[in-house]
Amino acid sequence: MAPSVSHIGQPRNRVDGRLKVTGAARYAAEYQANELLHGYVVVSTIAAGRIVAIDTREARAMPGVVQIFTHLDRQGVSWWDRDWQDDTAPPGHPFRPLHSDRILYDGQPIALVIAESFEAARNAADVVHVLYEVAPHQTDIHAAEADQYEPPKKREGVPPPPEPRGDLDQALAEAAFRVDAEYEQPSEHHNPMELFASTVIYEENDKLTIYDKTQGSQNAQQFVSAVFDLDDVKVVNAYVGGAFGSGLRPRYQLFLAVMAALKLKRSVRLELSRREMFYLSYRPITLQKLSIGADSNGKLLALKHHAVQATSLFEDYQEAVVNWSGLAYQCDNAAFSYTLSQVNTDTPGDMRAPGAATGVFALETAMDELSYAAGIDPLELRLRNYAERDQNMDKEFTSKALRECYAEGAEHFGWSKRQPTPRSMHDGKELVGYGMASGFWDAQVNKAEAKVRLLADGSVEVLTAASDIGTGTYTILAQIAAEAFEIPIDRVKVSIGASDLPTSPVEGGSWMAASVGSAVHLAAEAIKTKLIHRANRHHEAFLPIASADLCVEAGMVKKTDGTGPTISVAELMQAAQWDAVEETGKAGPDMLQMQKYISYTHSAVFVEVRVDEQLGVARVKRIVSAIAAGKILNPKTARSQILGGVVMGVGMAMHEEGLFDHGTGRIMNHNLAEYHVPANADIEDIEVIFVDEHDDKVNPIGVKGLGEIGIVGVAAAIGNAIYHATGKRLRTLPFTIDKIIS
Amino acid sequence: MMRFSYSRPQTIAEAAAALAADPSAQVIAGGTNLVDLMKYDVTRPGTVIDINGLDLRGIAVDGEGTLHLGALAANADTAYHPDVESGWPLLSSAILAAASAQLRNAATNGGNILQRTRCYYFYDPSTPCNKRRPGSGCGALNGVNRIHAILGESPDCIATHPSDMAVALAALDAVVRVEGPAGERQIPFDDFHRLPGDRPDLDNTMERGEIVTAISVRPQKFGQHHTYLKLRDRQSYAFALVSVAAAIRLEGDTIDELRVALGGVAHKPWRRKDVEGEFAGRPATRQTFEAFAAALLEGATGHGQNDFKLDLAPAPSSVPLSRHTPVPRRISPQRWCSDGPLGFSHRPAPQPRRR
Repeated sequence: MAPSVSHIGQPRNRVDGRLKVTGAARYAAEYQANELLHGYVVVSTIAAGRIVAIDTREARAMPGVVQIFTHLDRQGVSWWDRDWQDDTAPPGHPFRPLHSDRILYDGQPIALVIAESFEAARNAADVVHVLYEVAPHQTDIHAAEADQYEPPKKREGVPPPPEPRGDLDQALAEAAFRVDAEYEQPSEHHNPMELFASTVIYEENDKLTIYDKTQGSQNAQQFVSAVFDLDDVKVVNAYVGGAFGSGLRPRYQLFLAVMAALKLKRSVRLELSRREMFYLSYRPITLQKLSIGADSNGKLLALKHHAVQATSLFEDYQEAVVNWSGLAYQCDNAAFSYTLSQVNTDTPGDMRAPGAATGVFALETAMDELSYAAGIDPLELRLRNYAERDQNMDKEFTSKALRECYAEGAEHFGWSKRQPTPRSMHDGKELVGYGMASGFWDAQVNKAEAKVRLLADGSVEVLTAASDIGTGTYTILAQIAAEAFEIPIDRVKVSIGASDLPTSPVEGGSWMAASVGSAVHLAAEAIKTKLIHRANRHHEAFLPIASADLCVEAGMVKKTDGTGPTISVAELMQAAQWDAVEETGKAGPDMLQMQKYISYTHSAVFVEVRVDEQLGVARVKRIVSAIAAGKILNPKTARSQILGGVVMGVGMAMHEEGLFDHGTGRIMNHNLAEYHVPANADIEDIEVIFVDEHDDKVNPIGVKGLGEIGIVGVAAAIGNAIYHATGKRLRTLPFTIDKIIS
Repeated sequence: MMRFSYSRPQTIAEAAAALAADPSAQVIAGGTNLVDLMKYDVTRPGTVIDINGLDLRGIAVDGEGTLHLGALAANADTAYHPDVESGWPLLSSAILAAASAQLRNAATNGGNILQRTRCYYFYDPSTPCNKRRPGSGCGALNGVNRIHAILGESPDCIATHPSDMAVALAALDAVVRVEGPAGERQIPFDDFHRLPGDRPDLDNTMERGEIVTAISVRPQKFGQHHTYLKLRDRQSYAFALVSVAAAIRLEGDTIDELRVALGGVAHKPWRRKDVEGEFAGRPATRQTFEAFAAALLEGATGHGQNDFKLDLAPAPSSVPLSRHTPVPRRISPQRWCSDGPLGFSHRPAPQPRRR
């Protein structure tokens, strides 16, 4: 075996990078099959009502059209909500495509055209004529807010608002400084590069192999099996072109493609168009109200946070929005509430740091407002209120290096150059503004399994149903296995992204590296233990040595202190006539530890904006994001994750907004020309810092996950910088030029 | 997208004849706009006439110093052409403020000035739009109209023309050369695009069967006193909320000639030659330019979400002209904390605003 190599903590290139840039990595809509059929979806053009008639005659007569499915000819599928509820579903009645004539939201799929080519299907879809009976709808949360309600059933995995503590009203009354403000966030729409797509390969006896764009192959596999009552289904998601939470739940193209394949007994591909992405799951429209009271030194006395979020008519989607306010800072008097309002849209869904991106925006803007009210530097204000303990759960943190984030971030940014008064910093015709915010996200471990196989030639295979949604899962799993066996990274073969591999959770919540990474680590350790036992029991020289004194190092079994006998792993396996040594590692939350401890990732974000005084044009000049996330497995892929999160935060702050025509209930900017995300020109300098954070409690490998934390706090820091530059406080996202000049 | 037939004529006369003969025919050049519109089912040409075989790619300056831009010359080739860069830099900068590098490589000059509006309703066949389907109504009037017109609009249409290049061409008094079954003619740029009136389906004054062959621009006399300024929702690849092509010639401290065209505010590049004439001979001061901006924007009307354009437009209309003069604060500081009663505010229904 190769000499000792260190992999963990090294900036490794993606092991799948070459496959991706050469086009060899295949995505869901790129798989071929014999006589593959193609689908195109017809969606509703009203937001509420009923289909009176669908005239498909003209479409059926078009060349190449095979079949058109509507609610009138859908086939027998499960009646039970529980079969439709995937692992990540909120409470309620999951949407069932083509289930009835009822229209619940604009853009709802109402027909599926199947044809011999994509073009023929799209062509025919244009001439499916629908007669509607229109009913009143509501898409304006300002109007729907009057009917807000507390969700009676809580969403699994989402903590309800924290219990109230102390005496809020009295504390607010005694406060020397107070902030009472409202914050508003529009809908943000998922637009990963890869569109939702399913290619269903049909074989005899309803055997299905499905290439699906999903963040969880097993979640999708269980959904299809339950809904269609099938027992020979495999789902593959070897490569996923971005998802950000949109692919947690099975999307309707999966159901429709499977339905068509089963009915026609042929392979079917259905890929959604960019427009349809806007009618799917989105980050919910949210209104928030915060009251903060502080004493004359800026110490928080009271905090009240209420949020109302949009949900659909059929499910109670929920996020932890207000909870962050209860754990971010030490505050003994606090109350939290969280409600929903129904609007005629698809059910909102998880989008990068769901709840935190939203809630922390409001909290960290309010904290900034407090800092100016109290005349305290915004960073100093946060240090004065630093939470040493999670007051929501009354637990200790497994680790919290947020102070180090503040210190290192401020140092790199040059925060000390900030002039405290708004509008006091200039550069030519531009006003200069500095702003900062903190960020928080859960560091969770989910149940995960991984199989590791050590082959006789010293190479290693890793197998688990984990997904890589572009984050670098392939790479970090290879690093962990390579580190364990001290072999070059190219001697590790990682097989992920298929439902018949060992159990993995969906890729979400920033738990993949911690969960599956731990499972790989544990499996590798189990293999080493097996090798030690083998040497210990079957090789004479090792018989007198206690197994606890033995280790596997650089391909050799030997004593930990370096003395005594050694045997190579290859020799050992040959003697045992083993072709391979295989173990399965199982990771999961440590329930005992969780009674006392809780884990979060933290960040400090520093932003400089420039605002053209004459024209009102604001640009984000530079951002420093300092992150505490435990051990960093791969600084290169880790940095990319944070960069992506920060850029998405710039989009949230400056650009992204679904523009609803409330008169028709339709989103009007349903394309990437008019729904703006940052272009290259909008992104200037971004610096990412990972601060040292040792955590021996969070999980066996000490990592906390990085998928979400990069976006949290960015919008607040930008808004705070705009205030510092201009003296104008913006509380409604995004901060477009109309709001800046108003 | 519907099935269509395709033809590729080799001469302008053939192309014009084919276009005149078939009311459902449409011309394709760079394809950066038409293909999108066909995919979105906004337009359904029965025949697509591909004019890329025509010899209209030239860019040349004639003996009198007039620039002739072939209709099929790419936007990028035009913007980076040495003669254009040196003689008509305002045009270069306007072209480069538009779209993306990829689009500018494919898009042609003729196509640029013929591109359709980016009104959300025009692009969505499930909504009413008088421009797309005459008589169906205007969805934008009481709908999502953040990017819409504040000048020259009609009750039937509040769409804007999306081109940046056209705004510069308007300021430069370009001439559009067209050729059709009735022969050649030249259309002054100001007469090329039209206001919507009760025929918003007509973007311009070309006759059926006519094809743009070239755009001609006389030599300009503004030296370096010109600018193209574009305010938009992101720093690249977004259509203008308000843009301005401005050029000025001074005689000492006095305005000799002033030309300003606005984009993003009307159904065509917005220019008021009468107002420009009134300001000739006045002192080149900030006050003059602000008065000019006010006169240029006279009659501007908001429709709700685009009310902010009334406040946004004056600065770019005057600032480029008065870069050397100080401009007062525009962004008014606000108190840090709202003192209104708690409870989410309901936005009042948008009322048309008139300045």
